[in-house]
Amino acid sequence: MLICTALSLLPKETSGEYGPIAGYVPVVLLLLIAIAFPVAALAAGRLVRRKVETPEKQIPYECGVDPISDSKDRFSVRYYMIAMLFLVFDVETIFLFPWAVIYDKLGVFGLVEILIFLGILVVGYYYAWRKGALNWV
Amino acid sequence: MPLLNILGYPTIYETFAILPELLLVLFGCAALVLDVLLPRERKELTAYFCLAGIGTALLALWQVFETNRIRLPFTVFYGMIAVDGFSLTLRLVALVAAALAIAMAVKYLDVEEEQHGEYYALILFATSGMMFLSSGVDFITLYVGLELMALSVYVLVGYLKWNVQFHEKRGEKSSEAALKYFLMGAFSSAILLFGFSIIFGLTGTTNVEQVAGLLPGLFKANMLTTTGDARLMAIMGIALVAAGLFFKIAAVPFHMWAPDAYEGAPTSVTAFMSVGPKAASYAMLARIFLVAFAPLRVTGDPQIPGWAVMFGVVAALTMTVGNVAAVTQQNAKRLMAYSSISHAGFILLGFVAGNEMGYAGAVFYLMAYTVMNLGAFGVLLSLRSEERVGDKLDDLNGLYQKQPALALMMLVCLLSLAGIPGTGGFMGKFYLFGGLIQAGNKWMNILAVVAALNVVISLYYYARFIKAMFTGKEKEEAPVTLSPPLHATIVLTVILVLVMGLYPQPFSQLSRFAVERLGPPTPPQAAQK
Repeated sequence: MLICTALSLLPKETSGEYGPIAGYVPVVLLLLIAIAFPVAALAAGRLVRRKVETPEKQIPYECGVDPISDSKDRFSVRYYMIAMLFLVFDVETIFLFPWAVIYDKLGVFGLVEILIFLGILVVGYYYAWRKGALNWV
Repeated sequence: MPLLNILGYPTIYETFAILPELLLVLFGCAALVLDVLLPRERKELTAYFCLAGIGTALLALWQVFETNRIRLPFTVFYGMIAVDGFSLTLRLVALVAAALAIAMAVKYLDVEEEQHGEYYALILFATSGMMFLSSGVDFITLYVGLELMALSVYVLVGYLKWNVQFHEKRGEKSSEAALKYFLMGAFSSAILLFGFSIIFGLTGTTNVEQVAGLLPGLFKANMLTTTGDARLMAIMGIALVAAGLFFKIAAVPFHMWAPDAYEGAPTSVTAFMSVGPKAASYAMLARIFLVAFAPLRVTGDPQIPGWAVMFGVVAALTMTVGNVAAVTQQNAKRLMAYSSISHAGFILLGFVAGNEMGYAGAVFYLMAYTVMNLGAFGVLLSLRSEERVGDKLDDLNGLYQKQPALALMMLVCLLSLAGIPGTGGFMGKFYLFGGLIQAGNKWMNILAVVAALNVVISLYYYARFIKAMFTGKEKEEAPVTLSPPLHATIVLTVILVLVMGLYPQPFSQLSRFAVERLGPPTPPQAAQK
């Protein structure tokens, strides 16, 4: 709403004279508002709140479980493998879904195409399976 | 109404046009299955299976040519794939490069203890991507082909495992090279796509011939759109596309990834990626700049010089920087990387020349470069043994005493790379320089002189190889053993190099056949006159 108001305040001929630059005025205004909002909110909070300085106040989640170690820990490369396999078979569903919706319109041509696609995926699945990518060691 | 009913389904005849690529993918998938079925000690059978796949694809390619001989050139799949001389020739180059690279790798991978079927399957997938790059005439097809090729090669570069007990450094280098290559490649692909999107925004099409028809219109009048000068946008798009493609062919100033990637990759992969993907990237460069952007090669406007000037500067820089940097290298693979950069500059000369001789010269040079570079890498591969890494220049020391025939074959390949008469490399340079001089422009003559001076520099560092082979004293007594497939490959490349140099007729005819129809479509007005 603020932006609309600001735009209506702009002189009409500006947009013609400065060409493409005038189009960025709302973006700049939005940027300014986005900076001003958190600054104002934090400043207001600082002015209004009570000051309680206990160690519990300094940890990220005051009401949660206490952190036990550094979050920058090494984790198994298996997670990466599972994520990749998930991605592949997730994409498969993305292709299958639109095909299923217009299956009757595509007819035999669509069926053959999707079977080729599934065939390639089955080869990949078999390969991943035999290589032990699905085993959690 | 479904979209396919309006456009019509692709017929079986259209599918037939991409049969070689389909066969490669089929054999690649089968190779993956074969790999898990074979016992550990029989894995190299996958290599011969993949070679059979390439043979079948070659036969299919010949059938595509034979059955369509009369109606060339034409496009299939809604104008996205072209069947013309250029695509047929470059697909042939891709298949030959892949076949030689596979045959060379079999023994090497045994020594590296990395004999897996995935290697060969990935080469087949990369080759099918290369073939789509050669035949694509649409930005989308070209980009998908490029990614198919590049993703496979990224994996191949990082193929060596981290092995803690046994020369771990190589695995480390290989992974580092793969990551560098991947980051640079992904970055350049993004730049390329950004350029495509600007061109698409200006013309509303991704088809290269339609882009060629619409681009001159942007430059005709002082076209001011809502977002500014359309000419500036077009130049920006062309510059971004050029930058993306210069990354792929490793032209200066976008060459920084090449030495690291070439040095770290397994030697057999370096051999493959220095010829196959490079040739395919040139095919893409030719399709985009010689067809889509052809009207802007030279513009009448002195303020907008056209891309030929840019290519000329890049070619001169690429040749000089590549050659000068190669002079001081001690690692043979790194030296070959810089030499490959300088060869990229030579091939660009054909684009600058802008006449049939230059274009045909570029294709001829690509063919010659493919075989002579693979031959030289074949000899480097033969040096690898259990005791020796074989990528230092000193490892060639005393090769003439140990294996005289091998040293002589290396000599032929090196002389060809340097451009000595009687070899394929000389004929390629002859056509490229001839194209420049035929163009008859003062600047092009200067460029030809720069190129000729570069030949002299390159002769120096190729002579360092020769000196090591013939006069060098070897430090350790490690025998050089040649496996039959590697031996056959080196002999074949040397024969091809010599035939190209002594009887270039068939190859120059093939190059002319490749480029005779390459170019923007004739505008209808010009045809009426």
